[in-house]
Amino acid sequence: MQLLFDSVTADYQLGPIRSPRVLRSIDMNLKSGSFTAVIGHTGSGKSSLLKAMNGLLIPTDGQIKIGDTVIKAGKNKRSLKKIRKQVGMVFQFPESQLFAETVEQDICFGPLNFGVPLIKAKKMARDVLIQVGLDPIILTKSPFSLSGGQKRRVAIAGILAMQPEVLVLDEPGAGLDPAGKKEILSLIASWHHEKKLTTVLVTHDMDDVATYADDVIIMNEGQIVMHGDKRSIFSEEKELKKWHVDVPDARRFQLRIEQETGVILPQVCLTVEELAEALIEVNLA
Amino acid sequence: MNKLILGRYFPGDSWLHRLDPRAKLLAGVYFIFVLFLANNWETYLVLGLFTFAVMRLSDVKFGIYLRGVRPLIWLILFTVFLQILFTAGGEIYLDWGPITISEFGLINGVYIFCRFVMIIFISTVITLTTKPIDLTDAINILLRPLQKLRIPVDELSLMLSISLRFIPNLLDETQKVMDAQRARGTEFGEGSLFRQMKTLVPIFLPLFVSSLNRAEDMANAMEVRGYQSGEKRSIFRQLYWRRRDTLSLFIMILLTTLLIWLRTEGGIGH
Repeated sequence: MQLLFDSVTADYQLGPIRSPRVLRSIDMNLKSGSFTAVIGHTGSGKSSLLKAMNGLLIPTDGQIKIGDTVIKAGKNKRSLKKIRKQVGMVFQFPESQLFAETVEQDICFGPLNFGVPLIKAKKMARDVLIQVGLDPIILTKSPFSLSGGQKRRVAIAGILAMQPEVLVLDEPGAGLDPAGKKEILSLIASWHHEKKLTTVLVTHDMDDVATYADDVIIMNEGQIVMHGDKRSIFSEEKELKKWHVDVPDARRFQLRIEQETGVILPQVCLTVEELAEALIEVNLA
Repeated sequence: MNKLILGRYFPGDSWLHRLDPRAKLLAGVYFIFVLFLANNWETYLVLGLFTFAVMRLSDVKFGIYLRGVRPLIWLILFTVFLQILFTAGGEIYLDWGPITISEFGLINGVYIFCRFVMIIFISTVITLTTKPIDLTDAINILLRPLQKLRIPVDELSLMLSISLRFIPNLLDETQKVMDAQRARGTEFGEGSLFRQMKTLVPIFLPLFVSSLNRAEDMANAMEVRGYQSGEKRSIFRQLYWRRRDTLSLFIMILLTTLLIWLRTEGGIGH
């Protein structure tokens, strides 16, 4: 499903106080089936961008087109419900949204809200729970009795069970140990490929960007300052430095090697494997 | 949620901002008692002018005070209507079974309205010009004598300041959880009352859980740093009683004398 932003401007209204614009005339086109990483430092508008994709932040100007549904200023009640069914959103620390008595009920909450029959929702709950790597035994347990990592998986399962066509994630690996984080991200990546989703991932870890994403969006002060294929984005170190964005470890290592040896490697390397191959190719290793 | 003005602090440097919180608190509570001395239009006028003067002194725009009254306006109007409908005496304009609209009823209604609005204005003045933490310190000091009655004043004021401290966090978190459940297809403010109540469970439960967790973390953090209840403790933010504080209480006494002098014996109708 395609996501199209057409000069979208938005702010939060808190009673009498209007926040400065959190999104400023954003134009963006995310192709169906793409995996995009959004980076930028705190307060750059990443989370607001995600919220706009789910109709939680309504543009004051411009319009958002998701599939063939349009959100713009004013009332869009019916389209909002449709969009929220199509766009699954995993918030930061999603485990804080767990509330039901059993894991099964919690996972079924989303599908039931969108009118999926109970039997089908229950079957779905069981399937996604296995998919996220948990034992179906815990379906009858209380979500509050689980460990932190398990809770995170249950919360993500609750979103996947809605069978969204677009998956939007705000730092799904935050606060997990490296192994747990890697598992969750590879789970999302395989789900992305299997279900042919359009995925948007906010992250701070450039190595995650290098490993999982295809495209990169860099945000600064509510605007998209760079948007493109990850390899071309990570080849522009100077531009990246301007926005205080790091490059993946492998790329940094590559730059250092090129600087020390004077040999320019044939391609921009984003992972250790790519770097190793490139080094062998030019006979440096 | 963000519209509540009562209980908010507006930073500033007015005469009222600089007043000792103890003086403000004492004067504010005293004012509410003094309000009941008023029983004719002269006394209400004096109190009204006094309230207005205090509001001007606070350097906060008048509109903000009006916004503070807005959430309570239905409660006020309801009370006023009860007064108007069920007070008898004086000339009767409308008689309809047990319900009469009389002269005294109307006058009383207007008085009650003024009284409510003035109480709200004055308490808003206090909270707008005093940091919550200063206010709890002041409450703590003013309630000290109750310690003789074995009332745990220090603990109570600690509880008060901790809860005030976490109100913004709780509001933030409420917003977050609401967004998260909305993304899972909950619609708030729709359907029957019962359905609306059901949509609150997915919000309150996570909030309760996180509040309890936070309380436990907080208690542990305090204990780790050696907090013991019932210990004698000095105050970090010293409060200083200055001449203007005495002056403010003196003004209150003047106001009282004036009111007693202007007051009519026996109330309205005499």
